[in-house]
Amino acid sequence: MTLPGEWEMVVGLEVHTELLTKSKLFCGCENHFGSEPNTNVCPVCLGLPGSLPVLNREAVEFAMRIGLALHCRIAPSTFHRKNYFYPDQSKDYQISQYDLPINSSGYLDLPDGTTVTIERAHMEEDTGKSTHLGGSGRLAGAESSLVDYNRCGVPLVEIVSGPDIRSSAQARAYAAELRGILIATGASDGRLEEGSMRFDANVSVRRPGEPLGTRCEIKNLNSLRSLQRAIDYEALRQIQLIENGAVVRQETRHWDENLAETSTLRVKEDADDYRYFRDPDLVDLAPDQTWQDRVRAALPPMPAERRAAVLALFAAPSSAQRDAVEVVIDLGLDPYVHAVASASGDTTLALSRAANEVAANLKSVANLTVDAFVTIVAMEQRGELSATQAKTVLGAILVDGGDPHEIATALGFEQLSADSLGATVASLIEDHPDEWLRYRDGDDKLAQFFIGQVMKLTRGQANGKAVIGELQARR
Amino acid sequence: MKSAVDIAADVRSGASSAREELERTLGVIEARNAELNVFLHVDVDGARRAAQAIDERVARGEDVGALAGVPIAIKDNMCQVGIPTTCSSKILKGWRPPYDATVITKIVAAGAVPVGKTNLDEFAMGSSTENSAFGPTRNPLDPTRVPGGSSGGSAAAVAAEMTAISLGSDTGGSIRQPAALCGLVGVKPTYGLVSRYGLVAFASSLDQIGPFSKTVKDSAVLLEVIAGHDPRDSTSLPEPSPSLVAHVNDGVAGKRIGLVRELFEGADENVVTCVRAAADALRDAGADVVELSIPELALTLSAYYLIAPAEASSNLARFDGVRYGLRVKADDVTSMMEATRTAGFGAEVKRRIMLGTYALSAGYYDAYYGQALKVRTLTIEAFARAYAQVDLLLGATTPSVAFKFGDKTDDPMAMYLNDVFTIPTNLAGDPALSVPFGTADEGLPVGVQLLGPGRSEAQLFAAARVLEIADGRS
Repeated sequence: MTLPGEWEMVVGLEVHTELLTKSKLFCGCENHFGSEPNTNVCPVCLGLPGSLPVLNREAVEFAMRIGLALHCRIAPSTFHRKNYFYPDQSKDYQISQYDLPINSSGYLDLPDGTTVTIERAHMEEDTGKSTHLGGSGRLAGAESSLVDYNRCGVPLVEIVSGPDIRSSAQARAYAAELRGILIATGASDGRLEEGSMRFDANVSVRRPGEPLGTRCEIKNLNSLRSLQRAIDYEALRQIQLIENGAVVRQETRHWDENLAETSTLRVKEDADDYRYFRDPDLVDLAPDQTWQDRVRAALPPMPAERRAAVLALFAAPSSAQRDAVEVVIDLGLDPYVHAVASASGDTTLALSRAANEVAANLKSVANLTVDAFVTIVAMEQRGELSATQAKTVLGAILVDGGDPHEIATALGFEQLSADSLGATVASLIEDHPDEWLRYRDGDDKLAQFFIGQVMKLTRGQANGKAVIGELQARR
Repeated sequence: MKSAVDIAADVRSGASSAREELERTLGVIEARNAELNVFLHVDVDGARRAAQAIDERVARGEDVGALAGVPIAIKDNMCQVGIPTTCSSKILKGWRPPYDATVITKIVAAGAVPVGKTNLDEFAMGSSTENSAFGPTRNPLDPTRVPGGSSGGSAAAVAAEMTAISLGSDTGGSIRQPAALCGLVGVKPTYGLVSRYGLVAFASSLDQIGPFSKTVKDSAVLLEVIAGHDPRDSTSLPEPSPSLVAHVNDGVAGKRIGLVRELFEGADENVVTCVRAAADALRDAGADVVELSIPELALTLSAYYLIAPAEASSNLARFDGVRYGLRVKADDVTSMMEATRTAGFGAEVKRRIMLGTYALSAGYYDAYYGQALKVRTLTIEAFARAYAQVDLLLGATTPSVAFKFGDKTDDPMAMYLNDVFTIPTNLAGDPALSVPFGTADEGLPVGVQLLGPGRSEAQLFAAARVLEIADGRS
């Protein structure tokens, strides 16, 4: 979407991601989504009197992975208490990093070549989850509320971007790229629908060259689509306000997906004073260089690097191929394409099969070995399988696994041997001398006639390319 | 009465039994608790079962530990599975912890028999045990006077000879001050020496659990049992429990001890007399006692009354009626929280929550909490400079002997000033103990305070033992 007139939007994103640790941030409770309410709880995460937090080493490791993947500086850090009363927060304060975060001053390169700075990526604990019964379904006006503390104390990393984003599409691209990075680090599963990643967007508008406008924060966006729509809506709302002579009030806003609009949650004047202070129950966190180096060395390649590696296989990738590369990177299917390239196979074919047929059966992708994929592509390339047959074999392996040759045989895709195909073509030439003469004299359209005849005779078993090969050999 | 050391020896040798020792304790409690209001809860059945188990293990020839069969009283701000834990507050009404504090696990593993929970100033905020929601505890030495606080109940349990030892907690003097007022030994260990896991927090950076006893050696035994690293407490020191009992009779010959002007000036005259007499006694035992001044200590009371309430305002936020304890019904959750906290907390707790909330508020943080942290750093540095010159420090524990009920309840500042000599070590994180030395005119005991650098408990016990002998108490 383009904004009216000369208007430009300025957006910064705060992304919360849950970490895939085995246990919670400060206790040994299982970190698991979807358990029966209040079953993954203990005195520590329930904030029972006398309990004390102990920092989870694995969470620190994941946080460092995220920081290093975002080119951040890792520094000695501390934990603070953010004090506010809320029933789903068992201690009525949240343990979070404040002025000294573990990761700061990084950046993220987007596929379109732009860069977004990362101000910080700090650790904090998640809250529990309230369910409000009766009334509006929100806390105010509910008849009663139930609280599930399973999520209370789950480790989060909050990644704060600089105000560098200039369009909702760029915001979406940033969120998508960040999601890919988080998944690549193994720190997060990136499951937006389960709340593993949540977005807050700070949006303001201005005319180019003007100082930053007053910003509004849109809270808790939980899909890429909502993120993009909410930012567009909010930018337009602010522009309209200003153009109508009103002013933008600094406030926190809520995005309603159904109404497709944002509304006021609270204005800045009644913002809480969180009375941050260093948590005296925890000690300073200063990962030594050896630990940092070990984490850095173990980091797998990030999406940008992997994207470049796949694109490098193509001299002049088409826009469709670029899209296919995005799919392959996003779903982690690039090893298949690289394996075909290593075997000097047809990378165009490999990219297409990976981005389409394999991507469509992602749930059972574990059934497809890299070797099997390379074999199928090679069989298709050599003409031993038609495109349709190759897709069928691929589909069968994705369901049950197995050997491509055996499956092809079992499916009756036993290739016509070159001899038998040659004999068929030779007899067709004898039967259709006029067409053959026209073909021989250069009318390539007649190849289709012969292919059709071969298919009729072989009940579709033959490979079109192989037929052309036979025809050309006799021309 | 028998010391804990003697009880454990008798139980282990078969000369006595855990059950016999427990019944004696239960008998004294039965006789005196109504008058003194020491115990808020006595776990008669649980204690009898524990004692029986100890006796069975002794009969099987097992080593049941350094506190074999010793009845022990627990300040009611430490969690014990299934036993009501109130912190002397209405807000924890009905709450029974589902877990044991690490100190409970440790004393039980050493054979001790917890008999019940003792009264305190609500959430350990106070110096007289008058701030308890369940009425004040009386000083067994003079029931018209306070036993001190906040661990007044645990002090009174030992002073009344209900138990030989007890556990208290010391945030600004809450063990040492009642020990002084009740004529006992009371120890505030090095911060981090004893796990705080299961101690309901007042001010997390200052709180430490420690022992009460009549004899120096009993406190050394108990501290040795409860000390040592605990992976459940991030602020717990990494080292294992130090050897303390073995050094109790090491004496002070050749030690340099500093008599700190700021730690006795302004105290009642008969307190000062006892402190000076203690200095002489240490000199007689071969120590080199010098008088010195640490001017920074004059700032510590103000710093403490910002830092402790600030932490408390956050620590006590969780008592909101949502999950446990008192809930006062109201129309919505915010009103419920407000009504619960209004009804559940006493005046002193509310005062400190407000003080602390204010000190941490935007716009005031730097002037109050931030400034107090700087004073804390100055205090740590000042003590470190002193310990570069001397091994230990000596002063008074309290400005006066036990005072009468109501003497200071109308004036919070007067009450706070009672902690002026004990607060500095809490801010520094260093250990200190109070040991009885001499008596004042009214015949009430006076406590003198020995202070040392981090992890100097063995030296402190050795010096305290010198004073114990010089005072003619064994």
